[in-house]
Amino acid sequence: MKQLFIAAIAVLVIAAAKKPATIGFAQVGGESSWRTAETESIKSEAQKRGVNLKFSDAQGKQENQIRAVRSFIAQGVDAIILAPVVETGWAPVLQEAKRAKIPVVLVDRGIKGEESLYATLIASDFVEEGRLAGEWLAKKASGKAGIVELQGTPGAAPALDRKKGFEQAIAKHPGIKIIASQSGDFRRSQGKEVMEALIKKHGNEITAVYAHNDDMALGAIQALEESGRKPGADVIVVSVDGVKDAFNAMVAGKLNCSVECNPLLGPMAFDAVEKALAGEKLPKRTVVEDKVFDQANAKDALPTRKY
Amino acid sequence: MQSLRSFRHWSLAATVFVFLGLYGFAAWKYEGFFTLRVFVNLLGDNSFLAIAAVGMTFVILSGGIDLSVGSVLAFTTIFIATLVGKHGVHPAAAIAMALGLGTLMGTGMGWLIHRYELPPFLVTLGGMFFARGMAFVVNQESVLIEHPFSTSVQEFAIRLTARAALPATVLVFLVVFVLGVFVAHHTRFGRNVYAIGGSESSARLMGLPVARTKVTVYALSGFCSALAGVVWTFYTGSGNPTAGIAFELDAIACVVIGGTLLSGGVGTLIGTLFGLLIYGTLKSTLDFASLNSWWLRIAIGGQLAVFILLQRFLSRTSPVLRPI
Repeated sequence: MKQLFIAAIAVLVIAAAKKPATIGFAQVGGESSWRTAETESIKSEAQKRGVNLKFSDAQGKQENQIRAVRSFIAQGVDAIILAPVVETGWAPVLQEAKRAKIPVVLVDRGIKGEESLYATLIASDFVEEGRLAGEWLAKKASGKAGIVELQGTPGAAPALDRKKGFEQAIAKHPGIKIIASQSGDFRRSQGKEVMEALIKKHGNEITAVYAHNDDMALGAIQALEESGRKPGADVIVVSVDGVKDAFNAMVAGKLNCSVECNPLLGPMAFDAVEKALAGEKLPKRTVVEDKVFDQANAKDALPTRKY
Repeated sequence: MQSLRSFRHWSLAATVFVFLGLYGFAAWKYEGFFTLRVFVNLLGDNSFLAIAAVGMTFVILSGGIDLSVGSVLAFTTIFIATLVGKHGVHPAAAIAMALGLGTLMGTGMGWLIHRYELPPFLVTLGGMFFARGMAFVVNQESVLIEHPFSTSVQEFAIRLTARAALPATVLVFLVVFVLGVFVAHHTRFGRNVYAIGGSESSARLMGLPVARTKVTVYALSGFCSALAGVVWTFYTGSGNPTAGIAFELDAIACVVIGGTLLSGGVGTLIGTLFGLLIYGTLKSTLDFASLNSWWLRIAIGGQLAVFILLQRFLSRTSPVLRPI
């Protein structure tokens, strides 16, 4: 009887040890194809590694995301992957995670404040992306352009940094000026709407468009076509992200250039989670490499694009 | 009056029943849901919504509506954050100013509604755009609040158990709630709000101060929205001009699910509290179930439809509330 009892306990202990890790993923939302690709990448990687993934979509609202993280903590997850909506406002809830000894891996966007609150940040260098876009545009426009900039969500890190990098790149060219800069909230519909208004206001002064993501650029392309202009020829269109639709637009000659921002962060994120759970110390920043695509190399790359 | 009372009781009973049912279901289905910590989080994660819903209850009881709530909240958060973070103002002073401005905005809207007999829907819609715009004028980016005063408020909590604690934000809500119940049921102002919501012309004929009461109701809602903003800054440690988009609709949903009639005159704050708990429980359940968040919208939509039908059914059986 006693042996049976011990055997039963042993089975229980083994079962407990083999229990798959539970990881919470707090996503921003599904506002663009880029983000959907990121969500898919993390979900499929979780499946591949046999991780029990808890998913929460905040619909772009920080209060929803904070609540999701707190609910992960209450559910006792082993680790949390967080793609923060905005850079600020995370200290109280991440402090709570830290007290509960739950490591937090940030993906694609950073936060302001104390670095000890998270294990690592896995993200592209947004400033670099903006700079690459600016340099490509300056070269293409041969030093003279009137640019409309479509910004992302106000206050979001990619919007701030892509603006900064782009401005740095074009600062060297006095003939290149940003004539208008407005937020299109990273959405296609907003990009189109803002572009329509700016075409009415500035007309033929506009010779180039720089959008902080592909979706807004695609919206702007629609607006340009409706006003009787030829995007890609009359007006140079440059954007960031490199989603499949952008490649299609480049092949069709409507979009000139898209700087890739790789959303397939699943494998890197779970590597980081595993290391953090094993108690390894991680660098605070892991940079994802990005490439520049234009009409010349878009066609060859198109079949290999996953998102 | 008997049937009015019974309507109130039935409607409140339905709300409480739905809450217990939902909570019981989630507790049975999800491991770790039936803990004090999750229950406290229910209040903690929604305390700003709860505070705004208290103000909204008064507005709806008076037969009005306030759509500016979310924007006033956003304005308050970025106003405080900018004063504290960029200009070195003490948070307590910034909070006092923000509460004053919120109340002022509410008073302004109430005055327009009363003085020019404008529909509350339109005036507060204007207020919504105005306050949101002003929030972006103050600052376009989100701003961190780093001040020892703010940190100490954030860290303040009454420990209940090892894993659960009542944070300051919940305490603020509890005070607002108790004061609200007192004002609604034990003051002349509270009775006037119910009377005006029941029938504004009768209230006027009875010689009640309709003007003063209406303006005060919107001022109160403005104050509650600003206070919700203050709590939001403690909740996130920052201010953000994009905070609280469509937040007023959540507040209205809580009030209506809580059994308050949108036409005014009937409802209770305790009902609103349960409406909020239902809303919070639905949200937490989705997080535990890892479902996509649009299910929350669908669930809230379904709940609203059921409650409106229930109200219609109950008010039909009640002679006092029968539509004329």
